[in-house]
Amino acid sequence: MKKTNLLGAITLGLGLMIASSASALTIGFSQVGSEGDWRPAFSADMKAEAEKRGIDLKFSDAQGKEENQLKAVRGFIAQGVDAIIIAPVVVTGWDSVLKEAKDAGIPVFLADRDVEADKDLYVTRISADFNLEGRLAGAWLAQASKGKCDIVELQGTVGAAPAIERKKGFEAVISLFPNMKIIKSQSGDFTTAGGKEVTESFIKATDGFKGVCAVFGHNDNMELGAIQAMKEAGLKPGKDVLMVSVDGVADEFRAIKAGDANASVELRSDIGKDIYDVVQAYLDGKKDWPKWVVIASDLHTKDDVDALMAARGIK
Amino acid sequence: MTELKAKPEAKRSLPTIVWPLLALAVMLVIDGIINPSFFSIRLVEGRLYGSLIDILYRGTPIALIAMGMAIVIGSRGIDLSVGSVVAISGAVMAHYIHADWNPWLIVLVTLGMGAFCGLWNGALVSLLGIQPIIATLILMVAGRGFALMINGPGIPTFRSEFFESLSTGQFLTIPTRLYLVVLVFVILWALLRKTAFGLFVEAVGSNASASRLAGVGTRVITIAAYAIIGVCSATAGIIITGDVRASDAVTSGLYTELDAILAVVLGGASLNGGRIYLANTLVGVLIIQSLTTSILMSGLPPEYNLVVKAIVILVVLLVQAPKLRSSIAVLFGSRGGKVKS
Repeated sequence: MKKTNLLGAITLGLGLMIASSASALTIGFSQVGSEGDWRPAFSADMKAEAEKRGIDLKFSDAQGKEENQLKAVRGFIAQGVDAIIIAPVVVTGWDSVLKEAKDAGIPVFLADRDVEADKDLYVTRISADFNLEGRLAGAWLAQASKGKCDIVELQGTVGAAPAIERKKGFEAVISLFPNMKIIKSQSGDFTTAGGKEVTESFIKATDGFKGVCAVFGHNDNMELGAIQAMKEAGLKPGKDVLMVSVDGVADEFRAIKAGDANASVELRSDIGKDIYDVVQAYLDGKKDWPKWVVIASDLHTKDDVDALMAARGIK
Repeated sequence: MTELKAKPEAKRSLPTIVWPLLALAVMLVIDGIINPSFFSIRLVEGRLYGSLIDILYRGTPIALIAMGMAIVIGSRGIDLSVGSVVAISGAVMAHYIHADWNPWLIVLVTLGMGAFCGLWNGALVSLLGIQPIIATLILMVAGRGFALMINGPGIPTFRSEFFESLSTGQFLTIPTRLYLVVLVFVILWALLRKTAFGLFVEAVGSNASASRLAGVGTRVITIAAYAIIGVCSATAGIIITGDVRASDAVTSGLYTELDAILAVVLGGASLNGGRIYLANTLVGVLIIQSLTTSILMSGLPPEYNLVVKAIVILVVLLVQAPKLRSSIAVLFGSRGGKVKS
C-alpha cells in the first residue's frame, strides 16, 4: 500500500513536472459512451476542439459503466492532468473520487449531466438546460399558433431527466396561454419506432387528429416517427399540424427543409468550445464560477435551416 | 359469453384456443367501450385504416418472432437473443442498402445472418449442451455490440423504396407485412404438420433421451429449431428497420424476447416443452398488441403503462390456468360445472 502511494506520488510528481515543463494543457475527459447520434458527435467535437487549441486531451470512453469512469478519473489523477472533465454516467457515488481529485489539486468540471455530490468538490457544470429547451419550444409554438392550440405530446422515456425537464419547461410556458393545452400525452421512449406507434394510436383516438394543432416531441427521433405515421394516415405534418421538437439531428433539419416539420430546438453537440473556454479561464485565474454554466440553446426553423445545413455539410 | 364453453358436450377438454380467444374478445369489447370508433375501418390513402388494422400491423414483428419462439419452446428450449438478432439484421440491412446492393440480395443476406445467429445458438445448446437460457443469453448481450460495430457511430438512416413498401406499403389495400405473417405461418404450419418435423420437435421437447433412443436426430432437430427462430427474427428485423428507415442498434427490438415468450405462454403452451401451438401463439400476440394499443389510446399517463399491462396479463394467465379454474369450480360447488383437467 505504502509502495503504491509512493509510486503514485512519484508518477504524480513526474506528471506535474512534465505538465509544467510543457506549455500545453493536459486535460482528461471521461465520456459516458457512444450511444445514439448526439454522444459520438459530442466526443468528436471535444477532440477536434482540443486539437485546435493545442490541448493534450486524454479521452476515455466509459462504455456506459460507472466503474470504468471511476477508473478513468483515478487514472487522470495519477497522471497529474491539469483539469478533468467528466460527463457522468450516473448521478450518485461521486464523493470519494472527487475528493481524491481535490486533494491532488486538480479541478473537476462536469459536462452534460449533473451529479449528486458536495458542490465544493467540482468547479462547475457546463451543459444545456433541458428545461430551457422545453420553454423555447413552448414559446415558439405559442407564437406560431397565436396562443391557441391543442397539443399532442410525445414524451421521452418515463423518468429520464430530459423528458421530465422538457415537459416542465414546455408546460410552464403554455400555462401562460389559457387556450393552449396538451390533449394527449404518451411516452415514445425517445425512439422513432415509439414515436410512430404512439402517434398512430393518437391519430385514431382523435379521429384523424381532428382539432389537433401541434405535435410536441421531447426529441427529434420521435417527431420523425410522428411525421411518418401522419403521412401514412394521409395527414400533412408541418402544414395541417405544427411540428416542434428538441435535439436538432440531421434528419430533422432535412424534414424542416422539406416542410414536414416546423421547428427544432437544438441540443448542440459542438460544445467543446464552451467547455474549454470555462476550463482555460479557470486555469488562467478566473476562479468564481456559478455552479452551472448554461450553454445557450438554439431554435431552428425553415428560415435558417438552409444556411445551417450548408454550414454543417448536411445533404 | 361464458356459456360458450360450459356446455355438457365439452366433457372432454375444450380446444386450447378457446381461452386466449376469449381473453382477446373481452379486451376488444373493453376497447370498443373506451373508444366507440375503435372498430371503424375505412380506406385512407389506398389502404385499410383503423385501430384493428393497427393492432395487426404493429403486432407483425412480435408475431414473426413468436411463431419461431413457439417452435423453440416446443423443443423445451428458449431464445433470449431474438431482440439482438433483430438489431444485427437491421444493421446488416442498413449497411448493404448504403452499399447499394440489390434489395433481394440484401434480404437474402439478412435472413442468412439470422440463420447464422440461430445456428450459433443451436450449436451451443445441442452440441455443447449449454442450457438454452444461458446459451442464448450470450448472443443477447453480445449481439447489440455487433450491431453497433456494423452501424459505426450514430444511427444510420436510409431511403429504400423496396424496404419501405415491404414494411409500410400495401397490396390490395392490405398492409404488405400482413401477407408476410400469413406466408411465414403457412410455411411453418406446413413444416410442422405436413412433415414429421413438428412431431420430432415435440418429441424432443417431451423427452429428449427417449426420442434419441427412438432414433430421432435430436441434435439436428434442436439446431433446426433455433435456425428457424433466427430467420424469423431477421424477418422481424427487416420489418422493424424498414418501418422507421433507420437502424438503431440500441433500441430496435428491445424486449421483444419477453413479448414473444409471453405470446407463446398466452397461447397455452408450457415452457416445459412438448407442444407447439402456432395459431394460439398468434392469438397471444394479438392479446399483447391490443393491450398496448388500448393503453396508448386510453389517455392513461405513461407512468402506468407497464403496471396496467402486467395486471391484465396476470389476469389472463390466471383465467387460463386449469388448476385455478377447477378450484373456482369447486368453490362454487356444482354450479360452475365440473371442469376436470
